[in-house]
Amino acid sequence: MNNKTKKILHSSEFYVGVIIILFGLLIQMRSGQFFTGNNLVDILRSFTIPVMFCMGELMVLISGGVDCSFPAIASLSMFVVCKYMENVTTNPLPFFLVAALIGLVFGILNGVIIGKYRFPALIVTLGTSSICWGVMQGVFQSREYPLCPALLSVGKAKLLTATNAETGLSSELPMITIFMVLLLTWFILNKTMLGRGIYAIGGDIIAAKRAGFNVFGTTVFIYAFSGMMAGIIGVFRACMLQAVHPNNLEGLEMTAIAACVLGGVSITGGKGTVLQACLGMALLTIVSNSLILLGISTHWQNVVTGIIIIAGTAATAIQNQRNAKKLAVKLTES
Amino acid sequence: MSDYIIRAKGIKKYFGGVKALDGVDLEIKKGEVHCLAGENGCGKSTIINVISGFYTPDGGELEIDGVSYSKMTPQQSIAAGIQVIYQDLSVFPNLTVMENLALNMELASGKKFVSKKRFREIAEEAVAKINFEIDLDEKVENLSVADKQLIAISRALLNNAKLIIMDEPTTAITKKEVRALFHVIRDLQKQNIAILFVSHKLDEVFEIAERFTIFRNGKNTGAGDASELTQEKFTYYMTSREIKETPFIYEEKPGAKKVLEVKNLNLKNGFKNVNLSLGEGEILGITGLLGSGRTELVQALFGYHKADSGEIYIRGNKVEINTVKDGIKNGIGYVPPERIVEGVFLPQSIKENISIEKWDEWAGPLGIMNEKKIETVVNEWVEKLHIKLHDINDPMNTLSGGNQQKCVLAKWLILDLNVLILNGPTVGVDIGAKFDIYELVKKLAAGGLSVIIISDDIPEILSNCNRVVVMRRGEIVKEGLTKDMDEASLAEFAVAD
Repeated sequence: MNNKTKKILHSSEFYVGVIIILFGLLIQMRSGQFFTGNNLVDILRSFTIPVMFCMGELMVLISGGVDCSFPAIASLSMFVVCKYMENVTTNPLPFFLVAALIGLVFGILNGVIIGKYRFPALIVTLGTSSICWGVMQGVFQSREYPLCPALLSVGKAKLLTATNAETGLSSELPMITIFMVLLLTWFILNKTMLGRGIYAIGGDIIAAKRAGFNVFGTTVFIYAFSGMMAGIIGVFRACMLQAVHPNNLEGLEMTAIAACVLGGVSITGGKGTVLQACLGMALLTIVSNSLILLGISTHWQNVVTGIIIIAGTAATAIQNQRNAKKLAVKLTES
Repeated sequence: MSDYIIRAKGIKKYFGGVKALDGVDLEIKKGEVHCLAGENGCGKSTIINVISGFYTPDGGELEIDGVSYSKMTPQQSIAAGIQVIYQDLSVFPNLTVMENLALNMELASGKKFVSKKRFREIAEEAVAKINFEIDLDEKVENLSVADKQLIAISRALLNNAKLIIMDEPTTAITKKEVRALFHVIRDLQKQNIAILFVSHKLDEVFEIAERFTIFRNGKNTGAGDASELTQEKFTYYMTSREIKETPFIYEEKPGAKKVLEVKNLNLKNGFKNVNLSLGEGEILGITGLLGSGRTELVQALFGYHKADSGEIYIRGNKVEINTVKDGIKNGIGYVPPERIVEGVFLPQSIKENISIEKWDEWAGPLGIMNEKKIETVVNEWVEKLHIKLHDINDPMNTLSGGNQQKCVLAKWLILDLNVLILNGPTVGVDIGAKFDIYELVKKLAAGGLSVIIISDDIPEILSNCNRVVVMRRGEIVKEGLTKDMDEASLAEFAVAD
């Protein structure tokens, strides 16, 4: 076996990919419903929002930090633009721009605090998260709110449609948006010096400083990016749901972190790819979406998801421990 | 143009009330290999930071290549041709060799986007400078320390370096790799690049350096041609103490029982057919290359690995050592080479670090500790081992490396040990503290403790052990009394294939 094949076989992407396929086959065998256009589009639909959140989280994790604030930032931006801009314009674009701006402000706030004072990212983002929820509920009196017509049309745009011939159900999905977000993240991480700087900071922050990377600027960028994406995704989410639900993103930060780590992104920083984050999220989405096809109730879905997260992380941890204790003395042949 | 790449005169640097540098001189000629030595905290790192522009000196004159600077930024220092290779090497473990080599250059030239092609060109240029053969697409974390070092050197050369400062480059690499490094250094010298080599190993200074400078407590204590140095002078300049090593003499008492006996011990991918015995009060040296199975063997004696087959006897009784707990129960103490990660709890107090193995015994009903007893015993050992400290309640990380090492020893000595195993006890320890540790070990042995010392440093083994075994590929290939051995033949046994 040559080196390249070996590398692929030992990669976490390969394992997660295989598990996804096996899982799909299992459900197909038991229910015959997995590989139907309708089901696949449904999965893609529930995959859209979380995977885009994963991109911001991915960047933060690679830099050695963690961001718990994006669901709150997304919800706040979403609610504010949907409530206060509905009579301002009928063009959907300004909604997204303003939401991005609100997200950017909170992202920069995260980035500056973390970058300048080197406070633990977990605590800082938990703090901003709490502030966002509080402001949304207290200042803006958040509640479920009907979506304005400008955005309703965005949600109805059908870029990819599949209809289940038997049931007549159809699902549509703005594929192009996910694709662009993934591509943008991949481009920043792999093709710009800024992106390589994110990896460098995650690998060794002192070495990154000595090499001449602008560590503070990069840190601010990472959190600003995550915040801005959160703003945009928040509005996007409202479009997809055709309503403004201010609280149902809560808890998504943990899903995004778990998906990244499950896919093979290092929680201690320095390592991770767009593909890994996508595969991790895909696995979690498929599991929580498809167990119903096996006749397993929704309560058990959470249990299964939890087990997968622990088992997946444990597998990597156990492998690392084994490697650390592995003996490799070449003995003389007798 | 000046003959000197660096002329520093009367450099002063204060941190609050601490005089890190109190008027030191350092002169390095172009294209020379200059050794800077001194114990920890003597100001070596401070002067490096002054030369590289990270610290602004509080006084003195600094001249680089004939140009004098009153204030210098790191950028100016790099532009003047100064490159520092830090002890931690400043490489990115998670990135490829190629990226590690190219990133600094690309950043310096203000590039915003990544071009794999340009990266590769830069990386190839860098490794070509020292004829370094390496897979450019390999991740740096998979490489040996020696290879990482060569990456740091090639990277430094990209910036048209005139002076490369290497901060203790030989502490973490093997003898063979040191030789390869010296070869590279001589090559650089031919290109008229000066090297400032920070080291406190005299044999290395003799081998590679033309001139030397020694600091103690922020002051110059010696400078001159390396050829004039002797071991006594070198030690004296560093420590201001006259240190004379006395060889360890062991007299076997008639009828003394063997403390430890190992028969046909085997461990897959560790070692095989190991037979070993250790008498009361003996100091046994184990040497061999990294990966010869020496560490795996002592770890198995301690219980960190479980041997596959074979027998271990303690004072004539057959024992099973399957876990670390078994090892400790049988009176085996192990001081690992990375004491920082394996041997001490840095943020915890010295008292707690020393007493930890006895906590079970000293805890009263309800698990309440007998603080008074702990303090008495800890103080007793602090005194016995001459550990220099302010208060036993201070955290461990307030102590120097040598004193930390003594604390790790104290932790084991509190227990009633049969065998004390020291793995690389003097790696990264000052010359003075090294001497103290060995004097202490010899005293302990004279008191009846049996000791096993593992070390790369063959002279160290010869002067401190009465018996030595050499391991190669997991087997003992040579065993004998140190008085019948010499350095060259032992080294031969370790590497011969």
